[in-house]
Amino acid sequence: MSAQPDLLYSEEEEALRAAVRDLLADHCDAPGVIARTESDTPHDLAAWKALADGMGLAGLLVPEDRGGQGASHREVAVVLEELGRAVAPVPYLTSAVVATEALLACDADELLAELASGRRIGALAVALNVAPGGAYKVVRHEDGALHGELTAIADARAADVLLVPADDGGLYAVDATDATVTPQVSFDLTRPLATVTLDGARGRLLGDAEAAVHRALRAGAGLLASEQFGLAEWTLTETVRYLKERKQFNRPVGGFQALKHRLAQLWLEVVNLRAAARNAADALATGADADVAVAVAQAYAASVAVHAAEEALQLHAGIGMTWEHPVHLYLKRAKSDSIAYGTAGAHRARLAELVDLQAP
Amino acid sequence: MTDAAELQRRTAELLAAHPPATTDRLDFLKARFDAGLAWVHYPEGLGGLGAPRSLQVVVDAELEAAGAPDNDPRRNGIGLGMAAPTILKYGTEEQKQRYLRPLWVGEEIWCQLFSEPGAGSDLAALGTRAVREDGGPSRLSEAESGGDWVVNGQKVWTSGAHNSRWAILIARTDPDVPKHAGITYFICDMTDPGVDVRPLRQITGEAEFNEVFLTDVRIPDSRRLGETGDGWRVAQTTLNNERVAIGGMRLPREGGMIGPVSKTWRDRPELRTQDLHQRLLKLWVDSEVARLTAERLRQQLVAGQPGPEGAGMKLAFARLNQEISGLEVELLGEEGLLYDDWTMRRPELVDFTGREAGYRYLRSKGNSIEGGTSEVLLNIVAERVLGLPAEPRTDKDVAWKDLAR
Repeated sequence: MSAQPDLLYSEEEEALRAAVRDLLADHCDAPGVIARTESDTPHDLAAWKALADGMGLAGLLVPEDRGGQGASHREVAVVLEELGRAVAPVPYLTSAVVATEALLACDADELLAELASGRRIGALAVALNVAPGGAYKVVRHEDGALHGELTAIADARAADVLLVPADDGGLYAVDATDATVTPQVSFDLTRPLATVTLDGARGRLLGDAEAAVHRALRAGAGLLASEQFGLAEWTLTETVRYLKERKQFNRPVGGFQALKHRLAQLWLEVVNLRAAARNAADALATGADADVAVAVAQAYAASVAVHAAEEALQLHAGIGMTWEHPVHLYLKRAKSDSIAYGTAGAHRARLAELVDLQAP
Repeated sequence: MTDAAELQRRTAELLAAHPPATTDRLDFLKARFDAGLAWVHYPEGLGGLGAPRSLQVVVDAELEAAGAPDNDPRRNGIGLGMAAPTILKYGTEEQKQRYLRPLWVGEEIWCQLFSEPGAGSDLAALGTRAVREDGGPSRLSEAESGGDWVVNGQKVWTSGAHNSRWAILIARTDPDVPKHAGITYFICDMTDPGVDVRPLRQITGEAEFNEVFLTDVRIPDSRRLGETGDGWRVAQTTLNNERVAIGGMRLPREGGMIGPVSKTWRDRPELRTQDLHQRLLKLWVDSEVARLTAERLRQQLVAGQPGPEGAGMKLAFARLNQEISGLEVELLGEEGLLYDDWTMRRPELVDFTGREAGYRYLRSKGNSIEGGTSEVLLNIVAERVLGLPAEPRTDKDVAWKDLAR
């Protein structure tokens, strides 16, 4: 094993966090997000424009000489923590991380620069539940055109360009206007899925699909842990705040030991998740030990984020079951995240190979 | 300002004057202490140079590379982790000069006389009495001329008392005030008449802990640490350092209890089952994540931003040790039905990996009890970290002598 990972946040990262949090406070308050989920435009493209255009965050992973900011996965992780805290309906993970990483693996500088600027949004046309190294569906490449249907493509409706793997082993860029994108009724209202149908669409060959998809999904899985951490931290903080205020039996509910112990336990899980997510981001940035770090983070993160959201709902009791209270957005995101880029079980199975703890 | 280069220079000087290959171990350690390279963040003259704590690694790395002996810190965990920072903060100049050097070099081992049969989680309820010989408790503040305290009581769960030269002791000096207010902190000479150390045989068969009976033990006032009646506050320094010591360890991957069971899994495929595989992988992930949290806590300490994670780390490691060792016994099947040795031993230190799975399983049951039970630590996390309301208290304003026992 190489040198110790840096698990802290730098001053610059904390400044970045503060700026993103401010921006989201203005753009993505909970009532606004709930209202948007009920509209025809679930994505908040104004918030996206502010993040991408205003702050240049879509290009963090792209080197400066290729049109980006030349930052690293560590900074992206901080942005995702804040997006998780707000369950922000922006295609950041899907476009600025997953699609961008796929393009970084290819020779596609023009498109990469467009995604980095945020002027165009990309989506990798691989189902959201596929783990790094897992099998994924491809479309048929015939006579220079693409044919087929792909399902569970996250944020496809917001995308201008789709990155589509085909049966000839290539990854193709397809303009969204040349494809039929049909919304699916999604469990997570803030990261909606869609079906992509290609009926003789023209695609531009970018490079080898397998390497690009693997790189994209590994970064997606590793950085998803930071989103899950942000989500879990928000639900814990809100629940603690509520339980200090809410009185029953003439006492603040948070003074009952049975609840205090549950919250302390949850705090411990959240603290652990921060270290695991930070480690994954640092490993992706340095390239050292990244496969193990990503698998560990994803094997751990899903249960914590879901547990945090479930506890938040239970401890808010009746009000937690209502549509007005935002906790349902967090539960839906957490549960959906527990499947996204591979389940905890899939990541444990991968880990068994990586650290030589083979199945019977 | 003492920087890394200055420490490297001083370390090189020490090595040149006392080559490890030809210097007696204890002589080398004493020279290291006198050079201020023992714990660099301590003051000059007390084994340090007033340097940032984070620079200790510079010295340690140079000395390790040169093959210098260390002070075997595991043998004197209570001395180094708890007694020393308390003496540094509350001790008189004479006390610091007398105790810190032999403590650091390992000539004198320390133990901790805190817990009692009736005062575990509720430590401030302790009943061991210390009475001023030259008058009652009411005259304590004016009696500054020395004299003796006479101590009577019983302590329990005292690790290493049988090897110890000194003990940190808390005793009740005023029963007429509420329980936290009437406690005083002392340094007790374990070789004094009236100190009776009896091995306490445990669930594992060995006697790592002791009962300590104190009968008319005379402690001179010059061995009082901090003000009379201020012992609870002094003890907080000790207890906070205890949790940092537990949470601040640096472990390699598989460095904890998960190591031996992972090795058994790899070496002995015939023992593997699907059910155990799933449980092992989950615990492996949990161990790795806890290790990362401990590493993050350590990095925060080095950066001068201590986090509240310390109490949490102890909770996590207690649960992990218990679950992993339980799984290990199951994995071993027929061998899990056996035990390595029930002979009563009195070990110098706890060595989890030097014994077998059954021992680890039984000993780890203590991890959620020693140094604060997991239930009490959960309360501490809830109240001090999350800011949730405190438990209702019925003993706060009642004199200790009037509490129900």
